[in-house]
Amino acid sequence: MTGSRIRLRFSKHGKVRFTSHRDVARIWERSLRRAAVPVVYSAGFSPRPRIAFGLALPTGYSSDAEYLDAEIDPAWAAGIDNERLVGALTASLPTGMTALAAAEVASGEPSLQHAVTSCTWRIDAAGADATEASDAVSRAMDGSELLVERERKGRLTIDNIRPAVHAVEVQGNITDGVRLIAELATQPRAVRPAELLASLRPPLSLLRARRLHQWITTDAGERSEPLTVSELSVVGAGVEP
Amino acid sequence: MSSLWHRLEPLLPQVSKPARYIGAEDGMRVPRHGPGVVSWLLTYPDTYEIGLPNQGLQILYEILNERPDAAAERAYAPWGDLEALMRAEGLPLFSLDTHRPAPLFDVIAFNLSAELTYTNVLNCIDLAGVAVRAASRHDSDPLIGAGGHCTYNPEPLADFLDFAVLGDGEEAVGDITAVLADWKASGRPGGRNGVLRALARVPGVYVPSMYEVTYDGARLAAVEPRYPDVPAVVEKRTVADLADWPYPKQQLVPLTEVVHDRLNVEVFRGCTRGCRFCQAGMITRPVRERPAEQVRTMVGEGLRRTGYDEVALTSLSTADFSGIERVVADTVNDAGCGQVSVSLPSLRVDAFTVGIAAQIQRARRTGLTFAPEAGTWRMRQVINKLITNDDLYSAVESAYSQGWRRMKLYFLTGLPTETDADTLAIAELARNCVALGRTHTRSPSVTVSVGGFVPKPFTPFQWFGQNTVVELRRKVGLLRDDLRRARGVQLKWHDPAASLAEGLASRGDRRVGRVIEHVWRHGGTFQEWSEHFDLNRWQSAAEACGVDIDAYVHRHRTFDEVLPWDHLSAGLHKDFLWQDWRDALNEVGLEDCRWTPCYDCGACTGYGIEHVVASAVPPAGGSQGTGVDLSRGAEIPVRLLERPLVGAAR
Repeated sequence: MTGSRIRLRFSKHGKVRFTSHRDVARIWERSLRRAAVPVVYSAGFSPRPRIAFGLALPTGYSSDAEYLDAEIDPAWAAGIDNERLVGALTASLPTGMTALAAAEVASGEPSLQHAVTSCTWRIDAAGADATEASDAVSRAMDGSELLVERERKGRLTIDNIRPAVHAVEVQGNITDGVRLIAELATQPRAVRPAELLASLRPPLSLLRARRLHQWITTDAGERSEPLTVSELSVVGAGVEP
Repeated sequence: MSSLWHRLEPLLPQVSKPARYIGAEDGMRVPRHGPGVVSWLLTYPDTYEIGLPNQGLQILYEILNERPDAAAERAYAPWGDLEALMRAEGLPLFSLDTHRPAPLFDVIAFNLSAELTYTNVLNCIDLAGVAVRAASRHDSDPLIGAGGHCTYNPEPLADFLDFAVLGDGEEAVGDITAVLADWKASGRPGGRNGVLRALARVPGVYVPSMYEVTYDGARLAAVEPRYPDVPAVVEKRTVADLADWPYPKQQLVPLTEVVHDRLNVEVFRGCTRGCRFCQAGMITRPVRERPAEQVRTMVGEGLRRTGYDEVALTSLSTADFSGIERVVADTVNDAGCGQVSVSLPSLRVDAFTVGIAAQIQRARRTGLTFAPEAGTWRMRQVINKLITNDDLYSAVESAYSQGWRRMKLYFLTGLPTETDADTLAIAELARNCVALGRTHTRSPSVTVSVGGFVPKPFTPFQWFGQNTVVELRRKVGLLRDDLRRARGVQLKWHDPAASLAEGLASRGDRRVGRVIEHVWRHGGTFQEWSEHFDLNRWQSAAEACGVDIDAYVHRHRTFDEVLPWDHLSAGLHKDFLWQDWRDALNEVGLEDCRWTPCYDCGACTGYGIEHVVASAVPPAGGSQGTGVDLSRGAEIPVRLLERPLVGAAR
């Protein structure tokens, strides 16, 4: 059975942020079943629920903008009210995870992994005050090279992440360090907030990172979110199942 | 605020798998601490992934938190990376539920499911900021308790435990709570010793410090109570009817991956098949089945509440549950639960039928594991696992005919009277199973898993001298050579080195405690993890402590000698066990007493309880522990093989 493709946006905060991407996938499988949402299963020897997750959130980071696409029984999807779905899912999720929005997406739409081009991060860092951090950020953004050491398939490589750093703004001092807002590309390879901090001179150390937005940028340069939180679109006819 | 979370949180980004320290699972209780409340820290002395699914701990967690006079939280052993940070930052062991420091609890109670966790017990006590030796503890320190199967011989831990509970804990934890609440309310009369003296009078509770141990040279002479009000023999606790204890009602659903990550419903407790190597079967008698209706309710409600798509019907031998096919069918047919797979983790081949196979394969197919335990019928008579080769082939045939392509067979090596012919017959059985599979599928696969046998207290084999590591390795080597070119057969084994440490801890007396402490002090934690186990550490510890490993582990014991657990009782008469040991050596089997007259082993008669079994007759199919071909009733008969399989007895 081909299901209706429902896109969900959710947040992840507090203790639960220490769960891994794989953990979150399992949590969602269980939560969808608890909420009695009829997810379509794959065929084969070991059927799996058809759920596709977007970009992995590094373990320990929090987020206001996580996404997944789930294939749901079309008859059921046609009769579900989106706000009720979001409420039922939040009730089934662990403390710290909240469903924020849901909408049906066309089956031909590219996957979240392919569609998302950049993320906005709120980064709390230690090692500098706002003035020092602003200087370091200015130097970084004025240059053409920002080198980080990365491990790839067990081998250390040096990558230039500067082209992937779209914007960095120092917001100001906080009690234990400094707060930055950064927009970092996710393609061809996602830049992590910790990598940005390590590439600065002098380097800063990460205290907390929170994903605020994921962005889809079209070839024409228009930017939008996979789902916006304020404008909740309705799945199906809005009738109770 | 007594939560350590704000101090732990900054450490978590630096450690592996931080989700195992956050708690916050569905099913977690928020405990109410306060005056008049006895606080328990239920601790599993291994990682969260291993410990969380433990049903015993979860059952007691719920029962205690339902009591107005108790509050229970949970702790697990932190992995080495976090432990190093905790020690550097001065952070004690903590609960996962509210991240409360361990030293604030009245009781730290350990689940002892495996002897190789003993060094972790010491490490957790130390991390809790409590002296590891009970004699050095202060009045204000938490009491250190233990429960679980290993407490039937707690002597190797006697110097480190304040008390141990024998048998089912459901009622005992309440009794202990009442004693502690009373003691706290009346101004803690007599201090620590006062409350331990009172606990020693609670049935099922053993307080090691209330007993005097005497030795006759190297031999143990006696373990005797120091005071007249302390019982000479501590009897185990047994819950008479499982129907009264439908726990866990709200199984914890972990946020991160754990072993046995599924709904678990205990369908019965106890087993009287009488396998002589099996401590669990001996100490948990009699059989107490949960009513089928209660099983259905616990499965249905559990699946809906947790969101799991797999349920395990647990027991020591689930195919023996009266009406098992009906229960499995009802589970997979319950439309409200979606696609559910059922796993039956402990299956006897003589009770596994096409009917059960057909039911469990309707949902997602889980792995199939059978445990013939030994390669020849002679050997299986010795260990009283009375399944014939035909029983095994019939079960394997059932499984292949229902579409399974791979299965796992468990065997033990190092059993009493075992010859190389017995060992090599394991390979023959496996090859024959693959041959059976070829008639149904192109590439059948059989995984043979071999474990080294470790004799346990309160079994007929408690007198048997365990095989040496060298001998066990040689036997595994025989199988490996024999199966080298066997298509479709994979051999898996654990290095037998750890079986020596397990043997020392399982049948040791109090003097072995020094070895455990020595291993712990020299960095030997997480000994269940092969990458952390080092046999040399145990051997040099034994040498340093003057403990003769051979005398404890490899020597055959005699009837007249005092065993370290003789002052404890699982109900079983010692002369029953000795007779069973003689029968074993004479290759005489003993039928299941659930469906035959009583042998008076002591487990029922001693405590005025009996089997709770819905069916008065054994399930149909196989030889049902009789070794003879029984009428199969409505079951599909086994296909006759065209030529006799090599090594097929009977």
